[in-house]
Amino acid sequence: MKNKAILLAIICCLLNYHSFSFAAEYQDLTFKAGHASLQDWLLPDAPPYPENNQPSEARVALGKMLFFDPRIGGDGNMSCASCHNPLLGWSDALPTAKGFKSQILGRASPVITNTAFNSLQMWDGRKKTLEDQAIGPMEASVEMQTNFTDLLNLLNHTEDYQAAFEKAYPGEGVNKNTVAKAIANFERTIISNNSPFDQWVKGDKSALTEQEITGFKLFVNPEKGNCEVCHSAPNFTDNGFHNIGLASWGDENPDVGRYSERPLGLMKGAFKTPTLRDASLSAPYFHDGSSSSLEQAVDHYVIGGVVKTNLSPNMKKSNLDDSEKAALVAFLKKLTSPQKHFVMPILPTK
Amino acid sequence: MIKEIAGGLLGTLILGSTVSAEEFTLAQKNKAFSQDVLKVKVGDTVNFRNDDNFFHNVFSLSDAQFFDLGSFPQGQSKPVTFDTAGTIEVECAIHPEMQMVIEVSE
Repeated sequence: MKNKAILLAIICCLLNYHSFSFAAEYQDLTFKAGHASLQDWLLPDAPPYPENNQPSEARVALGKMLFFDPRIGGDGNMSCASCHNPLLGWSDALPTAKGFKSQILGRASPVITNTAFNSLQMWDGRKKTLEDQAIGPMEASVEMQTNFTDLLNLLNHTEDYQAAFEKAYPGEGVNKNTVAKAIANFERTIISNNSPFDQWVKGDKSALTEQEITGFKLFVNPEKGNCEVCHSAPNFTDNGFHNIGLASWGDENPDVGRYSERPLGLMKGAFKTPTLRDASLSAPYFHDGSSSSLEQAVDHYVIGGVVKTNLSPNMKKSNLDDSEKAALVAFLKKLTSPQKHFVMPILPTK
Repeated sequence: MIKEIAGGLLGTLILGSTVSAEEFTLAQKNKAFSQDVLKVKVGDTVNFRNDDNFFHNVFSLSDAQFFDLGSFPQGQSKPVTFDTAGTIEVECAIHPEMQMVIEVSE
């Protein structure tokens, strides 16, 4: 009897510990501008760079030229920016991308914004670095179908490109590797970390309205919006993979997403969590482009997904009313940084 | 629920008194494993315990030993007994930044 009582006490302590730690993470936050408990939401000033591709002005300049050069595409009329367009939030405003000869592809063009902070690239995480990712669409026959023999010939016979490569990567030559490194170096400059939300976290009381602060509370509250479970600090992504129950998951032969890289049951239909920073600039949303607005995206989560087969266990139906949904969307719109002055490159032709 | 936990504790006590193989606990907290490297012997068991307030899905696709524990929430743990010597790379399927290695020796 005595032993049973001790065992029960131990079990109660264990259960209380878990219950307490679940709530404490949300309850520990103080929703006041500049409060210490919020500082984990700030991104560093600069993203991480690989040792063999440290940033320099020459590398960024070369990468920018390559990123915007339509001669990279197999038909000579498609650049990285065709799908990752700065005028459209570094995406293309299409539900799913259009590839070589405008064929419609299966997934939306991911934004470039803050991909520098990602530990894996692409919707299914099949590329580990931005350098690997940069070459992926060029090599894909359905995407850019780049003819590397022709491309490297062009770059090697264009004086200003030759000089730019030598300045950026002295002695490394003009090749697929240096093309990838330059594009990745440029992409690491596409950073959003100065939104009104960031200003509020840093202490500017006027940066968010009461409604937007309410939206943030709903965002992080696991019993309300439950958004933070995947869109976590500081880049509003857990760099993880989730099946969020989109209607397209119910299609015949649906896109299995991450499962193609990690053949585990839970990964069927799972896709990478995108950042929400600057999301207001890059509708439509989700990997299949099925949500045309932030309001629609929030509605999808409120109902807990449409097709619930193999749904992420971290996803659950919420009880947000219309006023709360409006507050959440108002908050999401404040994750957009002020647009920076952006100078388009002049592309070398001789 | 209480019965299950009590049964688990009792089972652990009985096993601990009759079997020489060791048991280890490896926690998942703040999207990280509690150890980067864990050294065990063939026959030892590792209990993977989720201390985060969201789900994890621990797995290994290593040649030495494959396992997929599926998803489990905070407070639950799942055991894996290692029966082959080798290096086992362990990850979380949901959060691939969570990685660690179990070195299993004879």
